[in-house]
Amino acid sequence: MFIQFQTHPDAYRHWRLKIESQIARLVLDVKEDEGLYKDYKLKLNSYDLSVDIELADAISRIRFEHPEVKVVVISSGNERAFSAGANIFMLGQSSHEFKVNFCKFTNETRLYMEDASLHSGIHFICAASGTTAGGGYELALACDEIILVDDGNSAVSLPEVPLLGVLPGTGGLTRVVDKRKVRKDLADVFCTISEGIKGERAVSWNLVDTVVSKSHFQDAVEKRAQEVAGQTDKSIKKDIQLAPIICQSSNNLFQYDYVHLEIDIEKRLATITIEAPRTPQPETAEEISQLGSELWALKAFRELDEAILKLRFNFCDIGLIIFKTKGNPAHILDAEKSLLQLTKTSQPFWFAKEVLLHMKRVLKRIDVTSRSLVTLIEPHSAFAGSLAELVFAADRSYMLSHSESFIQLSNISHETLPMGNGLSRLEARYYGAPDMLENVRHRFSEGPIDAKTCQTLGLVTFVLDEIDYEDEVRLFLEERTSLSPDALTGMEANLRFIGPETLETKIFSRLSAWQNWVFIRDNATGPTGALSNYGKPTRPQFDFTRC
Amino acid sequence: MVAFSISHDRIPNNVHLSDDKRLQRALEMWQPNFLNWWLDMGPQGFQEKDIYLRTATSVDSDGWAVFDYVKMPEYRWGIFLSPPEKNRTIPGGDFAGDPVWNEVPGEFRASLRRLIVTQADTEPASVEQQRRLGETCPSLYDLRNLFQVNVEEGRHLWAMVYLLQTYFGRDGREEAEALLNRRSGNIDKPRILSTFNEPIDEWLSLFMFTNFTDRDGKFQLLALAESAFEPLSRTCRFMLTEEAHHLFVGQTGIQRVIRKTAELMNEHDCDDVRPFEAIPLSIIQRYINFWYSSSLDLFGSEQSSNAATYFAAGLKARAHEARDYEDHAAKTGHYDLEVLKNGQLVKESIPLRNAMNEILRDDYIKDNEKGLNKWNIELQKHHIQHTLYLPHRRFNRTVGLYSDHHFDPQGHLISKDQWEESKTHWLPSKEDRAFVKSLMKPVTERGHYASWIAPPLKGINALPNDFEYVKI
Ligand SMILES: [Fe+2]
Ligand SMILES: [Fe+2]
Repeated sequence: MFIQFQTHPDAYRHWRLKIESQIARLVLDVKEDEGLYKDYKLKLNSYDLSVDIELADAISRIRFEHPEVKVVVISSGNERAFSAGANIFMLGQSSHEFKVNFCKFTNETRLYMEDASLHSGIHFICAASGTTAGGGYELALACDEIILVDDGNSAVSLPEVPLLGVLPGTGGLTRVVDKRKVRKDLADVFCTISEGIKGERAVSWNLVDTVVSKSHFQDAVEKRAQEVAGQTDKSIKKDIQLAPIICQSSNNLFQYDYVHLEIDIEKRLATITIEAPRTPQPETAEEISQLGSELWALKAFRELDEAILKLRFNFCDIGLIIFKTKGNPAHILDAEKSLLQLTKTSQPFWFAKEVLLHMKRVLKRIDVTSRSLVTLIEPHSAFAGSLAELVFAADRSYMLSHSESFIQLSNISHETLPMGNGLSRLEARYYGAPDMLENVRHRFSEGPIDAKTCQTLGLVTFVLDEIDYEDEVRLFLEERTSLSPDALTGMEANLRFIGPETLETKIFSRLSAWQNWVFIRDNATGPTGALSNYGKPTRPQFDFTRC
Repeated sequence: MVAFSISHDRIPNNVHLSDDKRLQRALEMWQPNFLNWWLDMGPQGFQEKDIYLRTATSVDSDGWAVFDYVKMPEYRWGIFLSPPEKNRTIPGGDFAGDPVWNEVPGEFRASLRRLIVTQADTEPASVEQQRRLGETCPSLYDLRNLFQVNVEEGRHLWAMVYLLQTYFGRDGREEAEALLNRRSGNIDKPRILSTFNEPIDEWLSLFMFTNFTDRDGKFQLLALAESAFEPLSRTCRFMLTEEAHHLFVGQTGIQRVIRKTAELMNEHDCDDVRPFEAIPLSIIQRYINFWYSSSLDLFGSEQSSNAATYFAAGLKARAHEARDYEDHAAKTGHYDLEVLKNGQLVKESIPLRNAMNEILRDDYIKDNEKGLNKWNIELQKHHIQHTLYLPHRRFNRTVGLYSDHHFDPQGHLISKDQWEESKTHWLPSKEDRAFVKSLMKPVTERGHYASWIAPPLKGINALPNDFEYVKI
């Protein structure tokens, strides 16, 4: 089945989104029988990818279509559970690559919520009524605040280790200690009791913020939401609508407006071409608002985002992505200059800010995409501003030495589009060479940088002339796609993230890597493994060798 | 403008050089450096002389051997590939039967480059090793043969550089440069294979080298001629035609030394011909033992995962893979190898692919036995009751599974003490080498030959023995 990522609140099956002035209410009410696949039932508000695609859409809508929202209350429409987490039967029958991609996507969405909290002033309140287990609790952890019902029964829990022989894969382990600062020995206790922790103990361990009796629960949540909404200052009137992303597809060719994705099944590689704005982009807040989601900076990156997700889930054997660009680089630079300027005023223009934050998120998604990334900088390409970031996100770049091959840098590379580790891609690139970074920064406003200078500055991996270029690139592509995909995934993930660790990098490296390892072990997914035997009359049998 | 012009006239070729911009540019940069290298490291003392040399100007029967006087730096080193076979398929390995590759597949770029560079490095290395031999030539005929071998080794370098520059992009060009920068015997930038770092400073060793070591080259080329990479295969097939001449120089050179010794033995009715300034059969045998065993080392380890990988990928195959074998995958077969277990030689069965080095060595050994036979016939013709032999493959090895132990020339395991005691009987001693060197006095009069070597049975290109092969 070909997995699609577009949806709309009117089409949600598992969530209800209601906006009441400055408060958005997101109610999780999963339809048991309407998961992505039909061979499992999404009981107890457990989720699969279809649920998470809607959540991601909802967060995006709130940010763009309801900029006035200050508080998001996430609650459950299920009587018994807030959420029982990712559906175990779905996980049990999924291929390894699906599990890994699923976890990656859910992690990105949780981080997107935290990004909205940090940068867009949206306060997330989790109203945890009933069972809040595994991925359900991890969703709660992504919120700013957790209110748990105190009914003598409802608990928060991470039962993955004791019950399923796997790890909480959506940042639970990381957030318990890193975000909520639960003492590590208490966290150890918490993560190994399957029934979890409830009531006052949950508060005293800081697993939740408050507990409220069932009869007062709704009121308390409501009161808290109003309280927070009253505290923050946000007076935005004019929203924009996110238009559907239109994609024409045929024969492994996906044609968006600015983005073009071409899959070469035989060579196991994909080419993504991104086009610069065709016309000069508007400069004033007024005009920019009017364009809304037709604005190049939003549209092109929404398309790029969708293309990456399509690739990740639907073309698992495509090992390498080539990034190309075309069009007029000046239009990119002008467009981004206006956006940057509009965010640097005393009254920053919210939409400009959201567009840039969205760009950042898409580029981060590329950073953690487990395919070899290569940029080809050819004559008449448009690696300028935000698109130049693709050169630095890539594992390698090849530049054709030609009078019309350029890279153009702008201030957007400075601090607007950081990676998950908090560094700009240029800082990461010149991590051990601050002098080089300075040299490059001097070039920000100096116009196009030719191939020779790109080489001297270390902006690209190889500069090749016309005689060598085509063959070198071909050889590289063939060589790269012949190497072990597993080793490459590990190697690239290590080399891409230099320097400091953040909650985000820990989730994508330590947590995900361990989780992915556990997933393929017999103790989890072998015939006698815990995940395989969950819900069956048989008990798991472990190989007790520690490695 | 570069002083050097790339034209068919200057660089005879059948690779469409005049249409190939990439190759032209690469050669424009490389050729002057090659010439500097040749003047610097090529034959010493004869660069200005007219030498009667054979030049290949095309691959046709009338073009591959054009004879004329030429000064070596003006030699027209060309680039030739054997004509393509129609619909050639990959001879061996996992892709056997598929169409051959006309481009390097990225997956095998690094391995192929390594193979080509290793082969290429031996070509200039041998020129460097032999550069001082002209000073002590036993005749003009031999001097000319030496230079013919030298310029052809130079052409082999060109052939390999052609592959590197055409198919391996920037890396290939860098490797092509590096081939001119390494120096035989230089501690800081030695040639890749250690054998090619020993100077060859007398003519008996030259004949041994061209017989035994060039014969290793012949078999390496035969293995590469079976490559899935078509340009490599075709290049090697053409090189084989030239290699045959080098083997001729070695084979007949040794035979002429033997003939001279036999004549003197009969004339003076003695075994020791040293007083007559010729080389006794015992010394010849020790030289054979040394050169044969060290050439056997060049085939590498008996059991080799590299060899298996190369074969599996089709980068090379067994000699005459397409012609002589049926099971081209060689995936299931085994090879019985004699290995040492607890001080005993026992047969061990190893996967066929891992035995590819040993299989090539087997072919090499058989080929040498033919040459040996000719020498022994030469002795029989002179009614001399002595038989020269090839030592066992385990004898005096420094590479592979026999290198940790000692074996006598019959292949029996012996102790270290026994080895130390007997090795001067089996391998050239210091005195042997000093004696051979003492014979090396230049003979440059037309039709004259040194005391230790008989004239050839016929001259070059049907010319007489006293032809002025080199104008001194
Ligand atoms: Fe050669
Ligand atoms: Fe040779």
